[in-house]
Parts: sequence; C-alpha cells; structure tokens
Amino acid sequence: MNFDFSDDQKMLRDQAHKFLAEKCTSKIVRGVLQGAEGHDKGLWKAIAEMGWLGTAIPENYGGLGLGYLELCVIAEELGRVLAPVPFSSTVYLFAEALLVAGSEEQKARLLPKVAAGEIVGTFARAEGVGAVTPKSIRASFKGGKLSGKKIAVVDGADADYAAVLARASDEPGERGLVLALVDLKGSGVSRRAQDSIDPSRKHAELTFDNANAEALGKPGDGWQLASRVLDRAAILLAFEQVGGADTCLAMAKEYAISRYAFGRPIGSYQAIKHKLADMYVNTELARSNAYFGAWALSTNARELPLAAAAARVSATQAFDYAAKESTQTHGGIGYTWEMDCHLYYKRSRELGLVIGSQRSWKEKLVTELELSNAA
Amino acid sequence: MDFEDTAEEARFRTEVRRWLEENAKDTKAGGDDMAERADTEFLARSRAWQTRKAKAGYARITWPKEVGGYGGTPIQQVIFSQEEGKANVGGLGGPFAIGLGMCIPTLMAYGSKDSIGRYVKPALHGEEIWCQLFSEPAGGSDVAGLRTRAEKSGDTWTVNGQKIWTTGAQISDYGILLTRTDPNVPKHKGLTMFYLSMKSPGVEVRPIKQASGASGFNEVFFTDVKIPDSQRLGEVGQGWQVALTTLMHERLAVGGGQGGGLDVKELMGLARTLELEDGPALKNAGVRERLADWYVRSAGLKYTTYRTMTALSRGQQPGPEASIAKIVVAPKLQDISAFAMELEGEAGALKGEDGVAHGAFQMGWMSAPGLRIAGGTDEILRNIIAERVLGLPQDVRVDKDVAFNKLPSGR
Repeated sequence: MNFDFSDDQKMLRDQAHKFLAEKCTSKIVRGVLQGAEGHDKGLWKAIAEMGWLGTAIPENYGGLGLGYLELCVIAEELGRVLAPVPFSSTVYLFAEALLVAGSEEQKARLLPKVAAGEIVGTFARAEGVGAVTPKSIRASFKGGKLSGKKIAVVDGADADYAAVLARASDEPGERGLVLALVDLKGSGVSRRAQDSIDPSRKHAELTFDNANAEALGKPGDGWQLASRVLDRAAILLAFEQVGGADTCLAMAKEYAISRYAFGRPIGSYQAIKHKLADMYVNTELARSNAYFGAWALSTNARELPLAAAAARVSATQAFDYAAKESTQTHGGIGYTWEMDCHLYYKRSRELGLVIGSQRSWKEKLVTELELSNAA
Repeated sequence: MDFEDTAEEARFRTEVRRWLEENAKDTKAGGDDMAERADTEFLARSRAWQTRKAKAGYARITWPKEVGGYGGTPIQQVIFSQEEGKANVGGLGGPFAIGLGMCIPTLMAYGSKDSIGRYVKPALHGEEIWCQLFSEPAGGSDVAGLRTRAEKSGDTWTVNGQKIWTTGAQISDYGILLTRTDPNVPKHKGLTMFYLSMKSPGVEVRPIKQASGASGFNEVFFTDVKIPDSQRLGEVGQGWQVALTTLMHERLAVGGGQGGGLDVKELMGLARTLELEDGPALKNAGVRERLADWYVRSAGLKYTTYRTMTALSRGQQPGPEASIAKIVVAPKLQDISAFAMELEGEAGALKGEDGVAHGAFQMGWMSAPGLRIAGGTDEILRNIIAERVLGLPQDVRVDKDVAFNKLPSGR
C-alpha cells in the first residue's frame, strides 16, 4: 500500500506552502476582492516563473511534464491561501480542455503559452439560471462562427481564450453539442463584468456575435468532452477546497484557544470542541477522497468519473462546513470585514458552484455507481 | 501512489495465503455477532482456530517470538487480518481480542516474570479467555470515577463492588480489574490494578439484556472477593497509569469494520427493488441525494484506512486520521438503516423472517445505538479528537483536586 504522495511531491508542497505564505497574504486577496483588477498580476507572474502553470503539461508542449500528483499538491496550497489568480480556469479547465479535446496543432499552438503564463484561459458553460443540461445550451457554433451568451464565467474578463460549450447542430440532446475554442480578443466578443458573491475571483458575462471560433474535438462530442474536462477539474478543485477547509479549521482552532469567555478558553467548551472535531473529520474524509481522485487522475483510471464526483461532493461539503462554522466559532468578530472569515466563507461557496453545484455532482455520482456497481 | 504491496509485504501475504489455504479450508466461518460469541459451539471452533494459529506463530503478529508471537510489523498484522477475513475466519478471533489486545499486554508490562510465564501462552493458544473490568455504573465515560473498593489486610485484598458493560465476562477465565484503593485522594490517584480468576469465590456474572434483545455484555458483581497482593499490576495508587497502558493498546488496533455490512451498496440494492409514489426508489431524487451523501463518507473512510496502512507500511505511526472511523461508521449505520426502513414503508416495521432481507436493516438500526456508545461515545470521541489531535484545552475538571469521597454523585 502506497496511498500517499512521494517525498519529492511533499517537498514540492512545502516549497509551494512557503512561497505562497510569503507572496499571497490576506492583503493580496483583499486587493483583488476590493479592486477592479481581475486578478493579482504580480502573484500570477511569480507563479508562472515558478513553472507551476505547466506542472502537468507535457514537456513537448512547453510544460514541466511532472504530472497530476504534483499539480494536486500545488492546488491544495493555492486553496489554502485563496490565491486570487486565474490558475484553476487556465490550468484545470482550459489546459485540460486542450489536452482532452484539442488537435495536435491546437495543443502545440496554445499549451506552451499557457505553461509560460502568456495567456489566461477559461471555460464557459452556463447560459442561465438552473442546472446546465444539453438542452440548456443554446449558443450556436456553425461555419466557424460562434453566437450566443454565457454567464458567470470565472476569469471571463481577463481571459484571452475560452473553451465554450455550444450547439453545433439541431440533433437532440448531447449529440448536437460541440466544444468550441474562441479567441476572446477577436471581433464579435463582448464582455461584461458580473457582480459575484466572491469578488476575489471575478465573474463575467460573455456575448458572442459571429465570433471566430474553432472546434475542439469532434462536433457531437462536446458534452462528453466537457464532462471529461470537468471530472479532471473537479479533482484539482477538491484539493483547493481541502486546503481552504484546513485554513478554516486552523483559524477556528487558534481563536478557540486564545479567546476567553466565562473565565476560560472557549475551546474548552464541548459545544466548540465537537464543532471543530466535526470539521476535522469532514476535512480528513474529503482529503482521502481527493487522494483517490489524484490517483485516478494520475493513472487515467476507469474509476476517474466516480472518483471525481466523490472528491467534488466530499470537498465541497467539507469546505462549506469549515467556512461557516469557523465564522460561527469566531462570534461577532468573525462577521466583520476586518477578519478573514468572510474571505473563506465566500470562496467556499464560489468553489462549490463553479463547474456545477453539489446537487448535480451527487446525481452524477449515483449514476456512476449504477454503472459501476461499485457501491 | 498505488495500492500494491511492497515486495516484502507481497512475500508475507503469499506465505499467509498458503498457510490459510492449507489450514482454514475445513474451518467453518465465524461472524462478529456478539451474541454468537457466548455460543459453546462457536467458542469451541474459535479456540481450535486460535490454537492452530498460535502453533504456527500467527496468533500475534507483532509480539516478539520469545513470547510466541511472529516478531512482525504492524503492516504484517493488517495483512494477516485482511487475509483471515478473506478466508472467512476473521470473526473467530473475537473471543480473544480483548485478552490479547489489552489484558495480556498490560500483564506483560506490569506483571511478574512468573505470572507472564504462567498466563501468556494459554491466552495466546485460546485456552484461557480474559476480560477487562473497568467500566462501572458510576464510571462510564468517566472511567476514573469508579467505586469498586479494594481494601488490604495483610497480603490479601478484599474487593466489593460492581462492574458493567464487561464484554465476554461470561466466557472469561481471568480478568484485569481496576479498583479504588484510596477514596481520600483525588479520583485518578486512588486507583490500583489487579488481575484475578473469574472463578474466584464472590464473583458473579450476570448477562445484560440489551435493547436489541441480545446479550453480549455483562454486569459483574464482587462480594468479598479475595485477591493476593501478588496479583497486583503496578504500584498501589498507580492504577490509572496502568489503565492508560491498556487503553493505548486498544487505540493501536486499526479499525476495519464498516458497521455490520450495511452500507450504500446494500441500500442501493434495496432501492432497486422498491417502488415509491413517483416510480422506482432508485430513480427518486431524494433517495439519490442521500446515497451520494453516505457514499462520500464510506469512500472517505475507506481511503483514510488506506492512508493509515500506508503509514504502517512505511514503518511510521499512523497519524490522527486513524481515530475517526467509529464516529463516521456508527451514526451512518443508524441513518442508513432508518432510511431503508422508511423506504420499506409500513412494512419497515417488520423484522426477522417477516422483514425485508431477513430484517437486516432493522437489525442494523437496533444495534446502532449500542455502537454509538460502546468503546467511547460519539461525544467522548469528539473530545479526544479536539483535545489530542487539535490540541484544544481540557474542559474544566471540577473533580480534579478534590478527594474522591468528597465528590458529589448523582445517578
């Protein structure tokens, strides 16, 4: 049994931890939260210089070619400090879309730029309120032109390129869909910043009016390809969520030890102890599910869709619980702008909704269980 | 990252498999059912299996060879248990688990050379069964609040009092017994540990009928029971330190049980067969959401166990992640069972041969309250995680510096 990261991978995690503790302080997160900039440019540049963007991108496309386990440990550290950079959009979603669906030429053209930090990428699915289903996709891609509207696109305002789920034909259901690659700087693309619950990660509405686009993969395969990309992103995001939950628990613990009420530390009361013990249990379960996801991702295992859904649901639940109960543990001060509790509370919800809510991933999880009979 | 054995682990697993193929093929499977443990036919099978293991050196993998163990590592113990489970003979070790897991290690740490020479081998070979006499009506979660008195006269102690929740007392030959020898000092300081024969005059064992109807636990009454001072373990007044040794051995055991075999798979199996108001139960959104919730907890625990095994495999002590199993398993069993009964509708009230699948979920639901309490309640386990893992301060102990006989007592 060797169900843990290697010493080299742990060393990489420690390096990332130290680097981010210094470069990604709460002040940096708050700068993006309160400012107009879509992300922290200095931090993004420093991260690119570390080579992290190309961690899992093969060397022949300009990456480091290390692998997904290495990317997972970096993701955990980015989540721990709420890094306000377009890492997840660019690396877990856009680069994965290229790797999963792109042609040789598309990969060779764009992946080196991703790895070098020259471009920001994102992924656009939702068009309105409610679950994203094949039926809900109306944006149309025909004859190399894309028209339609996408909402709540994370890093939509800053991105240079997007992978967009669109309709290629009138065939019903999944079969009519295509994944389209769009240069967002081209003509026919307009963007509008959208107000969101977590402004440290900016959202935008993208409108396409006969914008130039190219297919990523075969038309008709769009839904399946998008699904595969989301599975992979779900596992990497789960590591960010586990990292975030860890910080919430650490903050709650520190406060419970140092805050006194009725003549003793509040952490000596069982009402607080049991809350923190539950945070710990949920986070450890999520970490273990994320580890299994990491294994599935790194080996491209048959179990990947089930592992992704389990990691996604488990980590979303753990971060959600840790963020809200850490705030609760802090009492009134936890609800002030000055404390960092709200940064995590906001991010926990943002991460729980991007790539689809817990509800839809639970449905996917049970569908996978029915297929695999693994339960 | 992989799930493979190391070369050395693979060699050991092959060795164990071969031995089990040869030796377990004519041994009938045995369950973990507490009630079954008192059954004489089951006990005879268990003893025979234990003897066979002991003769081959497999009875205690991590004990040194000098005392009859295998001289192996914790990961080898895990591998042996896994293979025993696959060969369907894992449950046969049940009657000896407390004796070999807790009592005998305590005896080896604190007993005389003579007593070690006398008791270790028969316990290892399944000839003698041991129980642990700690909990009392007034000392459950608060074990150190126990009241059973031991008073010394010459070289003999006289014991009066009552123990409770004693697993296997009705089949035990010996027990380790925690007593109060000085009520005039604070509670942790007035305790002393002994071992004694359960056949001693004045010892009376009464099985407790549990809420489920089964009887796995006992009350044990002591009326003027005489114990020679030579059967004391540790110094007078040091009983709490000795008990901590015993309990530490309990914590080293790696939890593998998943709650009576009732989990998401079984609930899905049930949902496949049932119709609800809006069609098949397995297609119902409410059912599916609950299935996903429980699946992520089950899978999370399974992979947490893998992480623990990895630590053992690398020769490390398992981290605190090993402590969460029971908190997850017991309430999940209760919730899954109750939900299954709800899906069964009015028929959910029926059990046994009248119930669905022989009333499996009804049995799980009936045993779950006990699981949430035995071996540390959900609440005590959360305190342990909060204090020992997270480092939160202890609760205020109003009884800490007060003589035991000056403490207020309620029910």
